[in-house]
Amino acid sequence: MENTFSWILLLDASLRLATPLMFAALAGFVSERAGVMDIGLEGKMLLGAFAAATIASVTGSAWQGVFAAIIVTGCFSLLHAFACITHKGDHVVSGLAINLLAAAVTALLAQRIFVQGGMTPILSDEQRLPTIEFPNIITHDDSIVSQLYWHLLSGHNVLVYLAFIVVFLAIYLMKYSTWGIVVLAAGDNPTALKRAGFSVSKIRYMAVIAGGCICGLSGAFLSIGHGAGFVENMTVGKGFIALAALIFGRWHPVGVMLSCLFFGFLEALAIRLQESRFSDVDSVIPIQLLEITPYVLTLCVLAGVIGKSAAPATLGKPMR
Amino acid sequence: MHNKSLPWLNSIVLTLANIGLALLASVIVLSLTGVDIGAAISQIYHGAFGTQEGRGYTLYYATNFIFSGLGVALAWHAGLFNIGGEGQATLGGLGVAIICIQLDGLSLWLLIPASMLFCALFGAIWAFIPAWLNAYRSSNIVITTIMLNLIASSFLVYLLAGALKAPGQMAAVSESLSAASALPSMQSVMAFLGFNIVSTPLNISFLWALVCSAGLYYYLWYTKLGYETRVVGHSDESAHYAGIRSKRIVIITMMISGALIGFIGLNEVQGNSLQLNVDFVAGFGFAGIAVALMGRNNPLGIVIASILFGALYQGGSELAFNEESIGNNVIFLIQGLVVLFCGALQWMLKPTINYWLRPMEVTKEDKLPVR
Repeated sequence: MENTFSWILLLDASLRLATPLMFAALAGFVSERAGVMDIGLEGKMLLGAFAAATIASVTGSAWQGVFAAIIVTGCFSLLHAFACITHKGDHVVSGLAINLLAAAVTALLAQRIFVQGGMTPILSDEQRLPTIEFPNIITHDDSIVSQLYWHLLSGHNVLVYLAFIVVFLAIYLMKYSTWGIVVLAAGDNPTALKRAGFSVSKIRYMAVIAGGCICGLSGAFLSIGHGAGFVENMTVGKGFIALAALIFGRWHPVGVMLSCLFFGFLEALAIRLQESRFSDVDSVIPIQLLEITPYVLTLCVLAGVIGKSAAPATLGKPMR
Repeated sequence: MHNKSLPWLNSIVLTLANIGLALLASVIVLSLTGVDIGAAISQIYHGAFGTQEGRGYTLYYATNFIFSGLGVALAWHAGLFNIGGEGQATLGGLGVAIICIQLDGLSLWLLIPASMLFCALFGAIWAFIPAWLNAYRSSNIVITTIMLNLIASSFLVYLLAGALKAPGQMAAVSESLSAASALPSMQSVMAFLGFNIVSTPLNISFLWALVCSAGLYYYLWYTKLGYETRVVGHSDESAHYAGIRSKRIVIITMMISGALIGFIGLNEVQGNSLQLNVDFVAGFGFAGIAVALMGRNNPLGIVIASILFGALYQGGSELAFNEESIGNNVIFLIQGLVVLFCGALQWMLKPTINYWLRPMEVTKEDKLPVR
């Protein structure tokens, strides 16, 4: 019994840790399917986290914080789109610039505004996003169903549920809407799209900005959903794990969701091992091995060891 | 009526305009965050060039920027984007530390070549992985190098928590290399030549960096391999028709690039700290991209850009020291804006500059013979 419960808690933590990855990876998904490579996920996540925490702490409203995060990351992806689409700049260079700028700007502004060594003040519960408790249809007892319901499904932050909604929205839009098909075409065959009378640039602009807005949610979750405030460089590489999840999920929403959940699980496991290291047994698996698993798996996918990677055909190439 | 352009002049003007734009944007952003620009600039300038010690530190940091800039630029000439500098430098430092601990007590005349060799070898091996994946499995080199950066940093943490951890130390650092295995400092070199300068971390790897710059220039423009590298970078198809084995070139180029970036480890570990710690690379690997973009992938340009960045780094850290709330972030900000304006937006001003620098159009009336 004790054992099952600890597994449920582990899965619960995985869901929580997978959420920011899911938003960021979906953000990358939208932009990259339209043919614009996005390695600036890490930076945009950080900007979103900073904007959300700052506005939430100043106005006292968490939802205004979320809104601010979306606007700020949207603006930075507009910059990315401007460089990559209008001026045919290198997508990687532009993404890298965003990462560098984000790290510097958030730290400078946080130091300037709050003068607390690059942190926002710790946010109160009203300044954070609420958690959602499920309706009381199952009694609290020791049965597995009840534990799954109360500990795994219910009681998460509202953005956790939103992440899954966004995944299903992405699946639906990609498969059944004109918008989705047009975005896929912008990445796979822009020439055909152009001949069909669409403006490839316009579609790519829209996709990149939409991706940026989704990425803002991932930052907001870190600072005002799961956490309670912004700390300098608080994303610590999560944006790159999201990028790995995007590749490991082969640029498909279901795959992306599953790989985010898997990477979230690995992270939860690493945290669990780290906690248990001092108490009982010395862990057999080094924590760093769990840390690098997402990256190694991604390398294997890129090397074609596990199936074939299915990148959009014109990813990263400017439209001629 | 034809509009003859002046490519070399335009490209120099364009580069300078882009750098100017980046610096202007930095000034604007910094003044928006409430920094007193005039005071900050004079403080940075004084911190970097005002004292002999400041100049020493400036060149010491510039050494790292030269190595990473050269590595990025070389890969760029082959059409490859090596953003794996962080990982390659980490491995380079690891190689230096391991060899210096193993061969402790060896004469410096043997130890220095050995540590340089291992440094280069470790960096090159780390760059070989993405190179091979790119050449033979057509994996995207940007993503593979990012992943290898993260793997390298975890690997270093793992080693410093276990195999290489100094006994009796709480912090994750390696055991110290003996002072006898340190690279000769510039102070001692200058003293040997009869000059007297103050002691700074500046060491002979700065000279090695200059040698590497000259060597890279020669390699790219005066050797067969360098020529083939540039052909591959220009057009893979042309390289194929010319009978150049581009896969081989990709691997050789990336390995040299990784070795060059690996030398950051030489400067940091054997040149200064005599110890491996978790974050000794501290962004120098990524900074190579900004340096290479600013220096137009030309070794001479890279040396100049590196000294500029070294000055910013040194002057900026003075700033961080006196006025706590600014920090090293100023440097990252400027780096980011340089990458943005000299890299991603590098063609933005091209039409404008081509317009203003176009040759005067010669009309029929002008051509009439002068009486």
